[in-house]
Amino acid sequence: MIPALFVLAYLAIVLYIGIFAFRRSRGQSEDFFLAGRSLGPWVFLLSLFGSHMTAFAILGSSGHAFNFGIVTYGLMASSSALVVPLCLLFLGTRLWSAGKRFGLITPVQIFRDRWECGHIGTLIFCLQAALLVPYIVIGVMGGGTTLSVLSGGLIPFWLGGLLVALVVMSYVFFGGMRGTAWVNTFQTVLFLGFGAVAVTLISQGMGGFTAVTQRLLDNPRTASLLTRENFSLTTFLGYTFNPLSAIAFPHIAIFCLTARKVTQFKRTVVFYPLCLLLIWLPCVYLGVAANQATDVPAIAAKIEAKAATGRPVPGDDVMLQLLGRYAPVWVAGLLGAGIMAAVMASDSQILALSTMFTEDIFAFYGGKERFGETAQIATGRLFVVLVTAFAYFTALNAKVAIFDLAVQYAFAGFAAMSPLFVGALCWRGSTKWGALAATLFVAASTITLYLLPRGFTIAGFAPVVPMTLISAALVWGVSLLTPKPSAATIERYFPPASV
Amino acid sequence: MKTPLVLAVIALFYLLHQDWWHWPVARPLAFGFLPVGLWYHALYTIAAALLMAALVRWCWPAGLEREK
Repeated sequence: MIPALFVLAYLAIVLYIGIFAFRRSRGQSEDFFLAGRSLGPWVFLLSLFGSHMTAFAILGSSGHAFNFGIVTYGLMASSSALVVPLCLLFLGTRLWSAGKRFGLITPVQIFRDRWECGHIGTLIFCLQAALLVPYIVIGVMGGGTTLSVLSGGLIPFWLGGLLVALVVMSYVFFGGMRGTAWVNTFQTVLFLGFGAVAVTLISQGMGGFTAVTQRLLDNPRTASLLTRENFSLTTFLGYTFNPLSAIAFPHIAIFCLTARKVTQFKRTVVFYPLCLLLIWLPCVYLGVAANQATDVPAIAAKIEAKAATGRPVPGDDVMLQLLGRYAPVWVAGLLGAGIMAAVMASDSQILALSTMFTEDIFAFYGGKERFGETAQIATGRLFVVLVTAFAYFTALNAKVAIFDLAVQYAFAGFAAMSPLFVGALCWRGSTKWGALAATLFVAASTITLYLLPRGFTIAGFAPVVPMTLISAALVWGVSLLTPKPSAATIERYFPPASV
Repeated sequence: MKTPLVLAVIALFYLLHQDWWHWPVARPLAFGFLPVGLWYHALYTIAAALLMAALVRWCWPAGLEREK
């Protein structure tokens, strides 16, 4: 129970940070939704990274590595180390520029302005919102799992998830983007520190790094987890498409608009891969090492079930089980708070949805003009409450592992939307009809994906590959055949001096 | 000249991510415990950071700053 008390104290601290940020707010929509475009370089790096890393990064990665071995790191971390910074460098900076020059707050506003469209933007909003909800659900699930395991079951999953949902909702409700960015910065520092400490303590508890690896190699059941022989190369290749989702995630795109200056992207682009290394390498190693932790009853049961069925088992809690067994109580509490820090990245997603609703729907359809800016912010806050409640009740009934939930729906859908961003920001010839065709295709293919059995592939590739390629072909092909926006708009976005 | 070179370097990095030559083996172990497949990708991540530093140095979209 003591580790759970540390986590509860941590929740109180982040709540305080959110309320402190509320006292700094100026009551304007740009201040609430974008922190007045005032984030400095370190806060920008840490909060953007923190909002991208969710329960998926610590609980999901170790759970996946427990089942599939070291391949997990290459699947998500090293591919993201190349693709995500490239997206930030070549697309994020252009998003920031368009937002700053034309006073825009959301990606949909930029699409509407760039392609001179209205309802197509609404359709893009609906798709982005539908795809983001599973990602928010992941946060609530991670919160429930963390508190439940750390308290030894005294705090049930439903209560843990509820506590996390309420705390996140409160500081987003009051603090807006400033509160979210500050909390994310604090959280990122905490969970970056978590990895090294956790891997050292747990490995020492298990007899040291060398002994752990040697035992894994000596056991015929676990030796293959230190190779990738059970994983196909085509699947591995296909996963490199998933990180394209980063720029299409509304919370990341909106975070790109919060930087004070475009030069603040420099530090983020360079340090992003190193932050990934710090968090993913320990989590993947420990996830694999958990296969030797037969003295932890919950893990022993999983190992037995895996051996008996030959199928993956739910592994989202293996990291927490290792902490409970091998770390001293107070360290387990601090590390539990570090895990909770990663888990609670759903804050920026909830805020992003609220920002999109108030700007892309409420303001676009005349609400701001009719009821004023105060009503707009109040609507944003009400939306925060509704989204959190919806995510909580969905999490209570979710039967899918965190890694699968993220990869199957959120990553595939958003990666397939990335060609819209490339088209809007980098290609003069793109049109709203190209965007519409791609959006309809992504919506239809995501629904199809939901209906198909899990693990469905096309020629050995995960669905994200054909989805992204077809979406890009539609933006390109349909744009070639349809009328362009006015020359004045194209000139605004692509002035002669632009690179 | 610069754009094709940058694209070629990025494409090379992408190819290097598909390290099929390490696929079925765990050894050699770096520092006595890290399997080669994991060690390679950890080094790859560091190399990606260096690539980003080079891109920021030589391919920074300076036009965006001037347009402010």
